[in-house]
Amino acid sequence: MKEKRNNHPKKKKTNLPIMAVTYLFAAVFLSMMVYICYYSSTHEQELINNSYNGRQQVLTAKNIRGTIYAGGGEVLAQTVTDEDGEEVRSYPYGSLFSHVVGYATHGRAGIEALGNYYLIHSNAPLAEKVASDMAGSKYPGDDVHTTLDVKLQEVADQALGVYRGAIIVTEPSSGKILAMVSKPDYDPNQIEEIWDSLVEDKESGILLNRTTQGLYPPGSTFKIVTALEYIRENPDTYQNYGFQCNGSFSDGADRINCYHGQSHGSVSFSRAFAKSCNASFADIGLKLEKKKFQDTLDDLLFNQELPLELSYNKSRIEVYEDSPNSDMMQIAIGQGTTGMTPAHLNMITNAIANDGVLMKPYVIDFVENSMGTIVKKFAPSSSKRLLSSEEAEVLKELMHGVVEEGTASRLKGLSYTAAGKTGSAEYNTVKGDSHAWFTGFAPVDNPEISVTIIIEGAGSGGDFAVPIAKRIFDAHFQE
Amino acid sequence: MELYITEISKYVITLLMALYAYESFAVFRFQDEERRSGIYTRQNFLMLAVHFSCFMAICFETGDMTYLFFYIFQQIVLFATVILFHMIYPRANRLAVNNMCMLLGIGFVVLTRLSYEKAVKQFVIAVCSIVVAMVIPFFIHKLKFLKKLTWVYALAGIAALAVVLILGAYTNGSKISYSVGGVTFQPSEFVKIIFVFFVAGALHESASFFEVFTTAVVAGIHVVILVVSKDLGSALIFFVVYVLMVFVATRNPLYLLAGTAGGSAAAVIAYQAFSHVQVRVQAWRDPWSEIDSAGYQITQSLFAIGSGGWFGMGLFQGTPNSIPFVEADFIFSAIAEELGILFAMCMILVCLSSFIMFMDISMKLKDNFYRLIAFGLGVTYIFQVFLTIGGGSKFIPLTGVTLPLVSYGGSSVLTTLIMFAIIEGLCMVKGDEEKEERYAERKRRKVKNSRTEDRNEREEE
Repeated sequence: MKEKRNNHPKKKKTNLPIMAVTYLFAAVFLSMMVYICYYSSTHEQELINNSYNGRQQVLTAKNIRGTIYAGGGEVLAQTVTDEDGEEVRSYPYGSLFSHVVGYATHGRAGIEALGNYYLIHSNAPLAEKVASDMAGSKYPGDDVHTTLDVKLQEVADQALGVYRGAIIVTEPSSGKILAMVSKPDYDPNQIEEIWDSLVEDKESGILLNRTTQGLYPPGSTFKIVTALEYIRENPDTYQNYGFQCNGSFSDGADRINCYHGQSHGSVSFSRAFAKSCNASFADIGLKLEKKKFQDTLDDLLFNQELPLELSYNKSRIEVYEDSPNSDMMQIAIGQGTTGMTPAHLNMITNAIANDGVLMKPYVIDFVENSMGTIVKKFAPSSSKRLLSSEEAEVLKELMHGVVEEGTASRLKGLSYTAAGKTGSAEYNTVKGDSHAWFTGFAPVDNPEISVTIIIEGAGSGGDFAVPIAKRIFDAHFQE
Repeated sequence: MELYITEISKYVITLLMALYAYESFAVFRFQDEERRSGIYTRQNFLMLAVHFSCFMAICFETGDMTYLFFYIFQQIVLFATVILFHMIYPRANRLAVNNMCMLLGIGFVVLTRLSYEKAVKQFVIAVCSIVVAMVIPFFIHKLKFLKKLTWVYALAGIAALAVVLILGAYTNGSKISYSVGGVTFQPSEFVKIIFVFFVAGALHESASFFEVFTTAVVAGIHVVILVVSKDLGSALIFFVVYVLMVFVATRNPLYLLAGTAGGSAAAVIAYQAFSHVQVRVQAWRDPWSEIDSAGYQITQSLFAIGSGGWFGMGLFQGTPNSIPFVEADFIFSAIAEELGILFAMCMILVCLSSFIMFMDISMKLKDNFYRLIAFGLGVTYIFQVFLTIGGGSKFIPLTGVTLPLVSYGGSSVLTTLIMFAIIEGLCMVKGDEEKEERYAERKRRKVKNSRTEDRNEREEE
């Protein structure tokens, strides 16, 4: 027996506890290595962009900040060297793109922040870097090409005029952001000089990008959501809904008036939507099951993170299982404590236009090095299905009805078809002042473009926001 | 021109390091050292090449050729170490020597980049330590009474730690060092070795409950002194080494279970009782919310690890000096930033391969005392590597220990070199055991043969 063991010296020399400890450490080390590789490769941009990371200065000292281009190749932001040999960031369009392109001194905002990682890195070919070394100059940083359309941006900017407000124009089928206007704005070329006054100015919030950060009461545009919930709860019978509107709806002591007390008479579901009848929707609001309503609101990204890389605020809405009737009536017509960003409303609109699927909005199309070789290309990607294809079809029809026979009739009878929803969100109940809203898309079949507009304190959506939508649609379809 | 060289060198260095890491595992395909000698020679060339290309990159990047002299000195010392070890101790394990020199070399490169002054200081200490390490295998091999000094080790260890606690100076909030004649010592480093000898001495003959209990008391005293000195990293190392050594000595998984349970309970109590433990844990869970206070070190370390990419920014291209104590506790982050994640991973593999070799040697040793020492030192080494790399990369909370052989720190380098040298001494003990075994076997066979001959003769009769 003893001799036999001696023939297998290897077997004798393994020691189970030691083997176990060896394998344990090997496993721990392998998982640590996987963790480090995973962490460093997925968090690189975030880490570089952190303002506590001194490596930004190293990269800025080595590379010239890249150029930001619009979709048509127009320069939106570039670094030029002035007579004194100092680098200056120049924005050829002045205040036109102030919020979306942002600024790169005193911190960063907009695309200057979003694309910072690419702008401060240089993927120039080695030969060109060597040439730069010889010439004693810095390496050319990578250029960021955006999806922005200068013409649409100009039209939207002019249309908003002197009003405060926000306009976002996107392509529903891809999520491309075509234009983004927020007013009041500023001239980023003068950011150095005006910075202190911008920061001190708490009242107007010039630095706030209202499209993604402004929380407004959605007003009647929220009826899209209320209608969707009613359809979900009554898939077969919602069309039988009828209501006799005499200008208001009362539940106990609480009362909801239609806009300017207008009475709509006998209305069906689609007509109540088209005419934006507050009384009918307050009535519908009381019929909703709060638990299911909460689920729908979750589906539609209320109180949640948005698939948006620009800095934004989460929309907020308060529906509880014990919300009183008075609150539900306000919520159903988009008033009360509900706050929504134009960008979020535009996402819901895009999902309806795109068969229920929300494409992730994006503004950086691709990144090129100084020789025009593509460094990184961003492809459209679907973010989430917000509603079913059938639901999207029904809402599309309802929104088309708003144009054909409702509050957005200024979009009727044009060379293209359009669908949408207006809103007049009252923010001062005493005076009856309201923000004018419109969100919609065109053409109805196969939508190419969608807009969401808010004009602060202008009046009704149909009178003020719809004409702006028309100018933007016109500009797009004239191309 | 410089740019071509520095850019290309990034890839060359990574490739050479990857080949080295591969060879350090290829070694395990063979059981005997002779068949491994081809691999070892290749490793020596790869070491030379990695070291050379790193210093070429440094010289071209800085345009300062004085680094070249420093490089030549380093290369001579490292090569002399490899060759002398092999000449003096032909039966020593060459993988451990190669890995040791490779890691020292990486340390020299990174320290040169971080601070030339500190690199030179480290180099001088390393040279002295190597001289000390050269004679250690001899003593380990020859001094048989080392087994009998169990309680001397215990007293020496506790005394050394207690002296620091009472007389020591605070460094970075922890009492871990004291100075004698201008030279600063960190006794907890050396006590790590003495402690392993103590546990091995106490448990090698019998590991009944009584021995485990008495050693547990002594181990507990070590750990408590270290916790009170706020040297949490060392306290953790002592604890883990003790539990695992008991597990191997008793072969009883219950002790492992009890150790894990006791350790978890102790960790919870330490968390409740000491605010500095809470600060560390909080800084680990969410360093970003306190980025300019408790989370500063770890976030700066993550910036470094995250900015290098697979192939690194290149030597002198990043800003590793923005991490406080980068040359000691965060040297891994500096390596990841400038030499790249791939290089850093290969370095981890080299550390792991040393550990596996130590375990292999330990398993082949028949004498319990020596086996426990090889095992204990191996665990001490790899667990410290785990603490420093895991802490710097936010895999585990930060404990503030050095990366053996690579980090700046005289006590750390000297201790680790002694540990490697002890293992080499154990290789010679192993060689003796194998020789005896072969001799005994031959004898048995002879007896057997003569018996058969007898029988044959009888049959013939």
